[in-house]
Amino acid sequence: MNLDGQVSFALALMFILLVPFAIAGLALINTGLGRSRSAAHAMTTALCVVAVAILVYFICGFAMQGSGNAQTFPPEPKTEPQLFLHGIRWGSLSSMSVLLWIEAAGLASLIPLGAASDRWRLGPACASTALFSACTFPVFARLSQGLWVAGGQIHDPGGSGIINVSGGLTALAVAWLLGPRSGKYSANGMPAAIPAHNGVFVLFGCLLAWVGWIGLNAAGAIVNSALPSSEISARSVLAILNTTVAAAAAALTAAITTRIRFRRPDASLIANGWMAGLVASSAGCATLKPATAILTGIIAGVLVVISVEWFELHLKVDDPCGSVSVHAVCGLWGLLAAGIFVGSAGQFTAQMVGIATLLGLIFPLTYGLNWLLNRFIWYRVSPDGERQGLDLHELGADAYPEFVVHSDEFLQR
Amino acid sequence: MKLGGFLLLLSGWGIVIAALALLHGHMVAPFIYAGFAVEILGLVLVFRGHLPGREDAA
Repeated sequence: MNLDGQVSFALALMFILLVPFAIAGLALINTGLGRSRSAAHAMTTALCVVAVAILVYFICGFAMQGSGNAQTFPPEPKTEPQLFLHGIRWGSLSSMSVLLWIEAAGLASLIPLGAASDRWRLGPACASTALFSACTFPVFARLSQGLWVAGGQIHDPGGSGIINVSGGLTALAVAWLLGPRSGKYSANGMPAAIPAHNGVFVLFGCLLAWVGWIGLNAAGAIVNSALPSSEISARSVLAILNTTVAAAAAALTAAITTRIRFRRPDASLIANGWMAGLVASSAGCATLKPATAILTGIIAGVLVVISVEWFELHLKVDDPCGSVSVHAVCGLWGLLAAGIFVGSAGQFTAQMVGIATLLGLIFPLTYGLNWLLNRFIWYRVSPDGERQGLDLHELGADAYPEFVVHSDEFLQR
Repeated sequence: MKLGGFLLLLSGWGIVIAALALLHGHMVAPFIYAGFAVEILGLVLVFRGHLPGREDAA
């Protein structure tokens, strides 16, 4: 490996080491936006689900996905990995893509937990994650490497589509299969506000996710884009800048939108705005100009506020953490923005093919797999367990044993 | 309605893949957008099928 190659290797490795911060941030956000009586369960499920995703992806996910030429720099002849990562040449630059993909699978597997908060049992969550990591995630990852359109390939180095939309669509499927939390909707269909139990977790989670997303997007720009060594430093700096300015623009836009809409800024929607900016920036992080990344963030900030309200009020989807809006809706917008702002008709069409594949293949696939699994292992906790809280019901211990457990006084009767 | 929606989603994707596999040049993009439009119809049906009170429509 020459000096340029060694520098690229070191840079990519450094960025990949930041990605677990995104996983930690998302787990904190999911926990904070849930209820106090299920907080320990939320963190335990996050840890178990990430563990399942990593192991299943190691065993068969990467083999299902295939290596693809674009994952190495410079591109190497295609070598297909087999089960248990046999066939990977360790120590090569291509072996680093395995690390990134494993972490990406772990991050994507956390997304459905946000929509299923406070009512999804631990065992079925792990089983659903195993299917996601073995099938849904690698299928799109494989297709996105091979779906070429004249003028371009699907461009998504940071994983707007592969990580966020596939996770977000799974979140929507799981939320539908589980149904809303008890007391969420009144008899006439009006939703009750069930407040987040720890806003500090949520906002600190956003800051952790920022660090993780910087690593994810910069590493993705290096590892997944097959750039020449001379361009790697410049592209990774651009990816970090675009990620940061998009998140900043989206959070401020969400704050302004909620100020206008509800007369005061809403903390959880601002957090969702921040996350929406990170998600939307991922597809175009290495190609957009910073000004267009800001525009992408601004639109994501407005979109997430409207989408959260629309899903809750009109579509009756109980998504406590806004996972569908943040990851599916804004991930789709990120893919589209990468096509619009690059300014090439071929690239726009390629991005549309990516979106069509996610909606037309991945969504029915993930819904069908979860529907089938729900027939064998009932996803939802019993009404008694839900009332008691998942901490006591499933784990036998509260997250906050010294606190007084409050009642459902804010729920509509 | 849900099943019909998911079938339309798959059909739309089928149109997109068929366009990529069988067509060349300027004909590809219109068929991709047509497939995408079919998917939007499918999404509408899936969402309508999941609205409360419509479970019997599955």
